Amino acid sequence: MSGISDAQLREMTQEERVNALGMTTEQLTGKSLYIEFDPDAQERFAYPWAPDVDFNKRTEIDAGDLTNTEVNSRIRDLMAEGYGTIVLHNPRGKHSLAVGILSRLNLIIEGSTGYFGVGLIDGPNVRINGRVGWSCAENMMSGTVVVEKNAGSTFGAAIRGGDLVCRGSVGSRTGIDMKGGTIIVGGDTGALSGFMMQRGRMVVCGNAGKNLGDSMYDGTIYVGGEIRSLGVDAVTADLTNLDKEWLTRKLTQYGLMPGDGVDHFTKIVAGKQLWNYDNLEPNEKKLIL
Amino acid sequence: MCGIAGLIHKGRRANVGAEMTSMLQALKHRGPDSTGYAVYGDPGGGEYVMRLKIAEAEDMELGRSIHDRLEERIEAVDAILASHGAEVKVKERVRPYALRYVLNHDGDTGDMAGHIEETEGVEILSLGNGLELIKDLGDAGSVAEAYGLGGFEGTHGIGHTRMATESDVDIKSAHPYWAFPYNDVSVVHNGQITNYWIMRREMERKGHRFMSDCDSELLAVYTAHHLANGVQLEESLRRSIDEIDGVFTYLVCTRDQLGMAKDTMAAKPLVLYESDDLIAMASEEVAIRAIIPEEIDTHDPYDEEVRVWQA
Repeated sequence: MSGISDAQLREMTQEERVNALGMTTEQLTGKSLYIEFDPDAQERFAYPWAPDVDFNKRTEIDAGDLTNTEVNSRIRDLMAEGYGTIVLHNPRGKHSLAVGILSRLNLIIEGSTGYFGVGLIDGPNVRINGRVGWSCAENMMSGTVVVEKNAGSTFGAAIRGGDLVCRGSVGSRTGIDMKGGTIIVGGDTGALSGFMMQRGRMVVCGNAGKNLGDSMYDGTIYVGGEIRSLGVDAVTADLTNLDKEWLTRKLTQYGLMPGDGVDHFTKIVAGKQLWNYDNLEPNEKKLIL
Repeated sequence: MCGIAGLIHKGRRANVGAEMTSMLQALKHRGPDSTGYAVYGDPGGGEYVMRLKIAEAEDMELGRSIHDRLEERIEAVDAILASHGAEVKVKERVRPYALRYVLNHDGDTGDMAGHIEETEGVEILSLGNGLELIKDLGDAGSVAEAYGLGGFEGTHGIGHTRMATESDVDIKSAHPYWAFPYNDVSVVHNGQITNYWIMRREMERKGHRFMSDCDSELLAVYTAHHLANGVQLEESLRRSIDEIDGVFTYLVCTRDQLGMAKDTMAAKPLVLYESDDLIAMASEEVAIRAIIPEEIDTHDPYDEEVRVWQA
């Protein structure tokens, strides 16, 4: 990476850091976004300011008498001390727990979280041994989140990467506006799931509510059960061998492989009769390169 | 935004006053303007409990003259009760502007209630054999303390924390709403009803009265209309999904039932916990955790979902 050290990057302004990391502005049909990689540069998996944590260094937090802000501050402090595995007890449905973690971390939440849990994360592996409220993992960039029970509405709203898994059923508008990554639901999903989906894949092992994939621009939805109705511009497509292999691999990985296989899954894609984006997300460009 | 909560114990009584207070206090951030309860006990002996307000809380700042007017209003209410043959067993002035009566009455309570509300400034908040409806400005802790709800024993109840959006911050716009004149029926609502005026005019043409401009009151009147015409609670809830436009989740209690309905968009939240002896629901899980700290299974009801539970 052009010989720039993490220490030097930390001292830079945001604009200087963007330029130093090869992040340039590119005009894309009237919109602009940062290209967050340089194909000639060495791969950088962590943010320069991310703490260097040790997964074998483990600790616990009792969230019972703490506010959500105190819990999140405690997680950051422990990561700064090098703890790479943190177990959070007694979350008791508190909102916005474990948000904004931009680093590798094994986080285990023993209980249920409220709204906006593990939102805005980029990198951690999270297991929630409970239920999650609305907007779990919103804007997730990478990492894995596995929810052992049910989830509320807008599960995985606008995620751009990573694997987001709910073993139970989820509410409405799952994966609304998702721009990448994978959402897997072991049970059912509610109405308007995949609404305005732009990229990524969603797998629903159970049934899907009405208006599935409404106004989706792109991306793929797989449903193992019944679909109450498709939304505007959402159409069925042939389930290819590549689809089946990918589904088998992903569902096996998370212990959600149905006993009767994946041949019965229905594949939903955008009819593209409405607006769609032709430009790839930065991380998708990276995969192609 | 607003927060709603409800619970029902199956086949047993509990301190629902304290339970609802814990749930509603946990939802304070969803609506700090006012808090309301509709809790169901049993005065015993077929007596009626009537809760009413004789002024708004802010009226107390009008000076000494308001107190004289309040006394006149109470005298007027007492005279109307006597004229309808109601025997007042208990009369409590819980707040300067809020009263609680326990009555014996053999006549038409709807007729009596309508007569009482002809008194200027008087609104009956609830009337029934089990229902006690309390609502006031402030959070759950302050309202519960002011009205002595901490020890209220009963079977079920619903509550509301209000963030005023389309109407004023006052008691008449606070939830729950009693389904006047249908005894023991109450409603709390989170959402916006977009065909409110169309539906309100339809209900008014059918003879129903509205005490506020709050769209949530429509749900109480709508429910009362159906129940008064022999429609079961579950069917009334189902019809509302088709007939009422907007985004809403609402809870309805009768003397021995608790029901919920969620609109076709499922845009307003509800988290549900069901066990053999307790059903609890709230806008956010944190409210349920306030009364059940141990790990439990909960889920979100789906769009157009209607449920009714029996005490």
